[in-house]
Amino acid sequence: MTFLEVIFYLLASIAIISGLMMISIKNPVQAALWLVLGFIATAGIWITAQAEFLGLVLILVYVGALMVLFLFVVMMLDVNITQIKERFTAYLPLGILTSIAIFAIMYMVIGPDRYGVDQMPVPKSMPADFSNTKLLAIPLYTEHAYAFVLAAVLLLVGIVAAITLTLRRRAPSVVLYQDIDKQVKVQRNDRFKIIKMDAVVEEDVKPIDEDEEGKK
Amino acid sequence: MNFVIPDFAPAIPEIVLLILTSLLLVADSIWEKRFQFATYYVTQAILIIVGILILTSFATEQTITFNGSFVRDSFGDILKIFVVFISILVFLFSKEYLMQKNFFRGEYFTLGLYGVLGMFVMISAYNFITMYLGLEIMSLALYAMIAMRKDHRESLEAAMKYFVLGALATGMLLYGFSMVYGATGTMQFDTMAAVIEAGNADKTVLVFGLVFVIIGLAFKLGAVPFHMWVPDVYHGAPTAVTLFLGTAPKLAAFAMLYRILVEALPGLVADWQVFLVMLSILSLTVGSIAAIVQENLKRMLAYSGIGHIGFILLGVIAANPDGYSAAMFYTIVYVVTGVAGFGMIVALARVGNEFDKIADFKGLNARNPWLALMFVFVMFSMAGIPPFIGFYAKILVIEEVVKAGFTWLAVFAVITAVISTYYYLKVIKAMYFDDPEDESKLEAVSYQLHLAVSFVAILLLVFGILPSSIIELTYNSL
Repeated sequence: MTFLEVIFYLLASIAIISGLMMISIKNPVQAALWLVLGFIATAGIWITAQAEFLGLVLILVYVGALMVLFLFVVMMLDVNITQIKERFTAYLPLGILTSIAIFAIMYMVIGPDRYGVDQMPVPKSMPADFSNTKLLAIPLYTEHAYAFVLAAVLLLVGIVAAITLTLRRRAPSVVLYQDIDKQVKVQRNDRFKIIKMDAVVEEDVKPIDEDEEGKK
Repeated sequence: MNFVIPDFAPAIPEIVLLILTSLLLVADSIWEKRFQFATYYVTQAILIIVGILILTSFATEQTITFNGSFVRDSFGDILKIFVVFISILVFLFSKEYLMQKNFFRGEYFTLGLYGVLGMFVMISAYNFITMYLGLEIMSLALYAMIAMRKDHRESLEAAMKYFVLGALATGMLLYGFSMVYGATGTMQFDTMAAVIEAGNADKTVLVFGLVFVIIGLAFKLGAVPFHMWVPDVYHGAPTAVTLFLGTAPKLAAFAMLYRILVEALPGLVADWQVFLVMLSILSLTVGSIAAIVQENLKRMLAYSGIGHIGFILLGVIAANPDGYSAAMFYTIVYVVTGVAGFGMIVALARVGNEFDKIADFKGLNARNPWLALMFVFVMFSMAGIPPFIGFYAKILVIEEVVKAGFTWLAVFAVITAVISTYYYLKVIKAMYFDDPEDESKLEAVSYQLHLAVSFVAILLLVFGILPSSIIELTYNSL
């Protein structure tokens, strides 16, 4: 077994174990962490297969950004763990059977018979100055420019959808809003009204006559 | 590396649609408070502009551009024109409904337009990447539109179901794509067909990928046994969104089916034919039997839609250009009929009454004889009773499948069509022979909707009497 093979089997077994742990563990935070481990192992496999850029992007985007965000959400929500688990074991026998069947089919179709090392030779090693990133970038901005723009549209739609669904504009009766346009345009007449009215005339208070008071 | 700037001209409708929609998105946030309906009117204007652009530059021959990721042909143009036509009607129906249910927002229309863009991309896709991106743009817009009615539990549930199952379906589809790519080494549909033709691809891997691709397609079309989401989502979604969901995306899904199976994988015709026969038989059965017991009209129409998908697949099973044309004609007819069917529910919906139960339609003849008559047109067309256009759609598909040698399948389809007539007639019976619970007059929400429903329903009759123009259009496009 060569050194590369040892690394491959090591990373592959880490990926498989963390995948299994991720779906079977109770605590969603731990599950997310197992998934992170799975991603890192997969990224390692990609890098050994000479797809450095993809491997690094997997770590940067999925591990660095996505999973951290996901952990944030999971930790902020108070998820009831026991409730989630309740129906897991009920489907276990069926699930194991299906996964064995799918694995068997996959092994037959894309197993060593067709995609083994004999049929698919190891890619030849590239010199140190070979840029994997550039190799991906050029077709991305030329050949697949149309798809690239569409991917941008897809993200835009995602943003619009997310904002539409989460933004709850509370009624002005609940929260006070500052409308600058209105504030600038305001006229004196909008704010206060001068009402003409007759002056209130108070009745004169009669001076008390001390003599009369004394008589009482 | 020599790179030639691709020809942008064939994609002008898409480019214009994208730019105008994005401008509208910005404009909407500025004028939203002052002019409530501005976004709605601009949306309709954009759709009309795009429709005119497609009509004036109608493609008579195939052009491929953007390095083989975009195709413009008459098949795509016809479908796009119908997508635009249907979307105009959908937004027309939506306006009143959104006001009434208290979720009228500019984003509904901008997301709808992005959905239309996604459908355009799907219809014009010529490799797996653009097909997938178009599908995702369309689906994402639809998920959000369903969930927009935030105070309505059923809508949120429907959005969640649609999202989870849709994600599963695209996962399947992508897995299938990767297998086919692995076997052929190309993404582009015509080179893929050439590689398979030359026998340079491993058949087992291809068929393995094909299974997943078909599962994904069947999910999106709503064919049995991947139909579980259809009734729940149609029922739960706000009716105006159901109207959108159940119509225009079917045109795009049909284009996806055609582009992938016929243009990319014609070498596997014997394999996908078998799958489609199974899907078709199951869809026809479930569509005709499960609909009988439905009390809710939206659910009933969802099941009837599953049955119609079974018929559309019959045309594809025939596996010759005439068969595909018949399937395309059926898709267009089904979609237009669907607009009339769901549109009627939207037109009659009131505050506090969705008007989506068959019981609500009891005695409609006494309450509003004209709309009752229009709904009879819709039901007859769906059931395939002459002289409505649904009859020609069914007869063409069945004719093609018989010609292709699947007589037993045609007989089976006719039997299910007869069974399904029962539930269409049940609605007509409710309207004409049952006593209304409420004797008061019933009008459409607005006169506009009254006209729109009448227009589409009468269209079903007019094209039923003179079907040759549309039939020729679809037969000449393939």
